[in-house]
Amino acid sequence: MTALQLTDLTVRHHGPRGPVAAVDGVSLEIPPGTTLGLVGESGSGKSSLARAIVGLTPVHGGRVLLDGREVRARTVGDRRRLGRLVQIVLQDPDTALDPRMTVHQTLGEAATVFHRLDRRARAERVTALLELVGLNHRFADRLPRHLSGGQRQRVAVARALAVEPGLLIADEITSALDVSVQAAVLNTIRDLQRRLGLSMLFIGHNLPAVCYVSDAVAVMRHGRIVETAPTEALLRDPRHPYTRTLLASVPSLRTSLPDEGPS
Amino acid sequence: MSLPHLLRNPWTAFLARRTARLLLSLGVVLTASFAMIRLVPGDPVRAALGVDAAPALVAARRHQLGLDAPFLSQYRGYLSGLAHGDLGTSLVTGTPVAELVRTRLPATLEIAGLAFLVTLAVALPCGLLAAVRTRDGRHPRSELAFTVLTAGLAGVPDFVLAAGLTAFLAVGLQLFPVAGSAGAESFVLPVLALCLAPTAVLVRIVRVEALKVLSEDYLRTARSKRLSPARRYLLHAAPNMATAALTVAGSLLPALIAGTVLVEKVFAWPGIGSALAQSVVTQDYPVVQAMVLILGTTVLLAGLLVDVLLALLDPRSAIRES
Amino acid sequence: MSLPLRYPRSPMAWATAAMLASLVVLALAGPLLWGAAADRPDPAAVLQGPSAAHPFGTDNLGRDVLDRVLTATRPSLLLALAAVLLGATGGILLGASTAVVGRRARRLLTGLINLLLAFPALLVAMFLAVVFGAGADGAMLALAVAGVPGFARLAQTLAAAVAGTDHLASARVLGLRRHRLLWRHVLPNIAEPLLLSTTTAAGTALVALAGLSFLGLGVQPPGYDWGQLLNQGLDRIYAEPLPALAPGLAVLYAAVAFQLLGEVLAGGVARRSPAPRTPAAPIATSGPATEGLVLQVEDLTVELPTPAGVIRPVRGVSLSLRPGEIVGLVGESGSGKSLTALAIADLLPDRARISRRTLRLLGADLAAMTPKERERHLATGLAMIFQNPASALNPSLRIATQLTETVRTHRGTSRAQALTDASDALRRVALPPAVLRARPHQLSGGQRQRVMIAAGLMVRPSLIIADEPTTALDVTVQRQITRLLSEIRRDTCAAVLFISHDVALVGEFCDRVAVMYAGTIVETLPADRLSTGTRHPYTRALVASVPNLTADRDRPLPTVEGALPEPLAPTPGCPFESRCPRRRDHCTEQAPPLEGLDAVHRVACWNPVAAEVVAS
Repeated sequence: MTALQLTDLTVRHHGPRGPVAAVDGVSLEIPPGTTLGLVGESGSGKSSLARAIVGLTPVHGGRVLLDGREVRARTVGDRRRLGRLVQIVLQDPDTALDPRMTVHQTLGEAATVFHRLDRRARAERVTALLELVGLNHRFADRLPRHLSGGQRQRVAVARALAVEPGLLIADEITSALDVSVQAAVLNTIRDLQRRLGLSMLFIGHNLPAVCYVSDAVAVMRHGRIVETAPTEALLRDPRHPYTRTLLASVPSLRTSLPDEGPS
Repeated sequence: MSLPHLLRNPWTAFLARRTARLLLSLGVVLTASFAMIRLVPGDPVRAALGVDAAPALVAARRHQLGLDAPFLSQYRGYLSGLAHGDLGTSLVTGTPVAELVRTRLPATLEIAGLAFLVTLAVALPCGLLAAVRTRDGRHPRSELAFTVLTAGLAGVPDFVLAAGLTAFLAVGLQLFPVAGSAGAESFVLPVLALCLAPTAVLVRIVRVEALKVLSEDYLRTARSKRLSPARRYLLHAAPNMATAALTVAGSLLPALIAGTVLVEKVFAWPGIGSALAQSVVTQDYPVVQAMVLILGTTVLLAGLLVDVLLALLDPRSAIRES
Repeated sequence: MSLPLRYPRSPMAWATAAMLASLVVLALAGPLLWGAAADRPDPAAVLQGPSAAHPFGTDNLGRDVLDRVLTATRPSLLLALAAVLLGATGGILLGASTAVVGRRARRLLTGLINLLLAFPALLVAMFLAVVFGAGADGAMLALAVAGVPGFARLAQTLAAAVAGTDHLASARVLGLRRHRLLWRHVLPNIAEPLLLSTTTAAGTALVALAGLSFLGLGVQPPGYDWGQLLNQGLDRIYAEPLPALAPGLAVLYAAVAFQLLGEVLAGGVARRSPAPRTPAAPIATSGPATEGLVLQVEDLTVELPTPAGVIRPVRGVSLSLRPGEIVGLVGESGSGKSLTALAIADLLPDRARISRRTLRLLGADLAAMTPKERERHLATGLAMIFQNPASALNPSLRIATQLTETVRTHRGTSRAQALTDASDALRRVALPPAVLRARPHQLSGGQRQRVMIAAGLMVRPSLIIADEPTTALDVTVQRQITRLLSEIRRDTCAAVLFISHDVALVGEFCDRVAVMYAGTIVETLPADRLSTGTRHPYTRALVASVPNLTADRDRPLPTVEGALPEPLAPTPGCPFESRCPRRRDHCTEQAPPLEGLDAVHRVACWNPVAAEVVAS
């Protein structure tokens, strides 16, 4: 469990007409063991924010605090210290895994970044990690091209969990998946929250999916956070007009769902 | 307009960036050509004048070349000489190299430029045609023939082709002059030798680019509008592959200019290339030095020209580069 | 690593292998067999032309030219290979390391590579060969160094593609060290294309080396390679072409062999069997027309040949639309919904085969028309709107051209009239007429999709097929687009076939919904029955798996276990059978027909879910 605190974080990208602030003075807090959902439309800066926290994008201002300590990602040493605390899962299931490495190799590599493990311990760890994301251990010998998109994303989650981070960032991990597959991945995320007590930053543009897994939701627009509130409160009583527009734009079936699922 | 404001304009930013790169590259060429004569193994003067040349003569030539001065002042002298159009003096003939360049550069630019134009004129339409014919797995036999033929032609060395053309078309059938530059028909063989391989390379790339464009969504849109094939290919497809094709064509230009050295030697074409080839044999280093400088600069200026033309043609590519 | 020798038995591959084998044999055996003869001068036979004793003549010392050319194979090949290997190693390491070093180092390396690339390799090689001193080693080294920037650029471009992937970002975040990133994650993923270009570069190096020797910068007498032999013989070309050209032919042979090898490795000369030209079955005339339908499709099937066999992504689809009706066609990826739309619009790829019992647009049978009539009928009766407005508009043409070209082609409208109409169409989609002068890249995603809709409106179509028109757009923009389509339907009475994967969106915006699964329509029903009145187990599971804003966060979302049926081996039974919780024995044997439950609701299931009695 790791607490994340961002104060006044700023990330700039080079645009055709000079630098553009993709993330413009964002302050956020994730208390340990909770999930913050971050919603926003394309170009709102939510992915830049995620990449800045893990050091994939340079930070131009503000601070990232993990458990109250400031982190940097200048050197490989910094990055390794950071990697023990925070891991990220990214959007694209097609490139999420190295196409030439089996699931076992991918997970084994991640599990041995910080610990030495012998053959047997490594195999056990891989099995345990697969079980954690709801995949059978037989998947261990497969190459990514023999996995479906949802399975690949779940292996990517398992890889991120292999170093036992306190905070997991999920950056649009279900947006390239079909709805029925998305449901399975969302269930996996809920399950992990409950079993591991992870802190999580769950980023997406699909408001219902984000709300489903988040304790609190932050709404981002043009690089700024316009509203943060506990999920129920945000849905019940959105304050910012943009949040209201977003909520009103979510399509929903005309009558509510029946209480029982398909059996 | 203030300077930061100017630099924010994509066009000025592009030109500034491109000029800076040109100046840097020119610096490399200048330094390399200056350093060459100092780096060659042994004594270049003695090598040119012969082992049994009189020591006094050797010393005089060394002084004339400035080789006995301190290194930095040699460099300064070299640069100030260049600024005054002084490219040095041939060790063998004693004539100023600048004179040689003035008489020979136009001939080289003529065949290189002509060969480049022929390459474009043949490769662009042929590549598009090949793509249209073989798109979507159509005419697999034509595609195989195209692939094998262009791969083979791309492998034909220009100087070997030059020798072959001389033997068969000039000596054998006597259709064209054997050597030298006199009249329009004397251009045919050198240009042909220079442009065959680049054309084969380019036509393949144009086909690939055209296939890419033909599979774009907006060509499906054009199809859904039921436009005629001519309109689809010429108006909707061709302009969108032009930038990519010309970028590749532009990258072939330096190699084409360098190729003139070998081809000019075969045809005894009175250009920079044959002068370089000859001075290498006679170890006339001041001439080699100057010719390397001129060829290098020509290549860089040609590259700049291509980039500016591309930017004019497709302003977004220039902006995107940043 | 496996080489992509996918079709090793094509004749071209055999020919290339034979050419390379001959070169290897010559390089190994040449100096042993002909080396002595090649150096033996014969003052009695100086500068002879071809004869029985000397098939390619003799040189100025009476040495046999053929023997010398054959003997020169070894130095020519060895030097070229050494130069390529050295240059490739240096260049690849330099270029690939740009993917794993820090930002500043990367910029510096990239700048260096760009700078070096401005100079053609041959010129650099000539310069360096002069500096290193004329000779075989100097020329080889010069070529190796001159080849470095080219390899570096290639490796850099390939490595940048790997560096942009999610798995490399993840590996970085994991804290893997740079050398491990390079050797384990970057190099293996770029090895194949690099190997390919190394092969082609070997041919180029061979030619360049011959060129240097030809200039007198390479191998020095008494040693000789092909380039030097060509140089020695060049003066004789006017008198005796064959002895002069023989070394050149050897260079040509080797260069072409390496080029073809690259082509074989890339799979470019694979034996291409002509696509199975199943003669397009004479399309029978459509079944009888039903009054008052804009679109009438019955039993539509699409076949696509793939390398593994023919698949049928659309199987027996029937669909009809009335004027002013919005029908949603919903399904997940692989359900065949987009191919159905393309088949209706006659936009399928060439190799696809289509069969149907009926296909009528505005009551007219498309099969009964001449091609020209059909084109005009489709162009003016039907408008297509595609998924990604960023790529569906031509980036190099002004909006005015893209809006007016259909009516100018098919209706012969004058330019001025077409432009007036285009302004009207733009106003209809709430865009100013100034957009006519714009190019697509100057518009936002939502504006582009409005332009696409305006282009469709130009022909005043009776049917608009919108294939995932909002998937690439943000949710707030999506709402604007669906509202716009509703208004257009209201004002023009055009029917809309709205294709989407988003069951909630379709349920909200359409009148009627057809649910597709594995190429078949499994259920059609009024949209307001989607939430509670679905009868097919798949539809029910699909609807349930969509999280909505009121979902209970403490209960897992229902999911559909299993995968789509294998497209190459369709079973005779229901396509959903393997994933169905309500499966019965009969389901594996026969596919259920789409049968009406009542006037507006049809379902293809042997064991449909019971209708629920829910007060809504």
